[in-house]
Amino acid sequence: MSLQDVVFICIAAMTLLGAFLAVWLKNVFHNALSLILCLFGVAALFIFLNAEFLAVIEVIIYIGAISIAIIFAIMLSRPWFHQSAPRDPIKLVRSALASALLFGGLLQLLRLTQWPVADPAAGDFSMRGIGRSLLTTYALPFETVSLVLLIAIIGALVVSTSKENSS
Amino acid sequence: MNLSDSLQSYFFISAALLGLGVFGLLMRRNLVAMLISLELILNSASLNFVALNRFCLADKSLGQVFTVFIVALAAAEVCIALSLVLWLYRKKESINVEDANELKN
Repeated sequence: MSLQDVVFICIAAMTLLGAFLAVWLKNVFHNALSLILCLFGVAALFIFLNAEFLAVIEVIIYIGAISIAIIFAIMLSRPWFHQSAPRDPIKLVRSALASALLFGGLLQLLRLTQWPVADPAAGDFSMRGIGRSLLTTYALPFETVSLVLLIAIIGALVVSTSKENSS
Repeated sequence: MNLSDSLQSYFFISAALLGLGVFGLLMRRNLVAMLISLELILNSASLNFVALNRFCLADKSLGQVFTVFIVALAAAEVCIALSLVLWLYRKKESINVEDANELKN
């Protein structure tokens, strides 16, 4: 087993551990911190896949913006004052069964499918190539996404500052 | 066999992330925790895109462009969802989904 594989297994274990803790722990603040661990793992996997630009994007946007926004919302809404109800074991078993079925089905599907293969190393992985596709071939989706972001910001401002019927 | 060079290992991680995300979405009743599970699902999708981009596509920028779109849409979704969560908390003093069972006030 090469050194690269050892590092890969460590990173995969870190990602899956972070994901597990992010859904399992009862304190929502701990969930958010575990989500950050998991996102760091995914960013490292992106580096393994030659997508350095996406790794940087993942750290900046997911960890720097989304996770921090989630932590802000947790601190503003203070959910741990209300969370003391014990877990319902029937619901736990039901959701574990459903997700295990989904996971097993996906694994079976992956084992049975023949994936088309291209040369994993050849091709343009660089930021220059990404920027060129974004501004030529995919210019319309790019502009649409920026419009969606603008509307989301305006919508969030409208919702969070509405004083109508505030009790 | 080289683990970090095979498509299957990335698919395994991504399927596990999807399974954990669905598990959290079904099990938790806290809106912020459900949002965190949703982030896990979106991450599994983008991991799939990047892995397929490396191993199966000739144009190596296609999958990365789509992942950029996923990240932007996730940011928009979190922005709206968190503002709704805060609004709901001000209304009901609770962010449990079972308390949020009516659309009007």
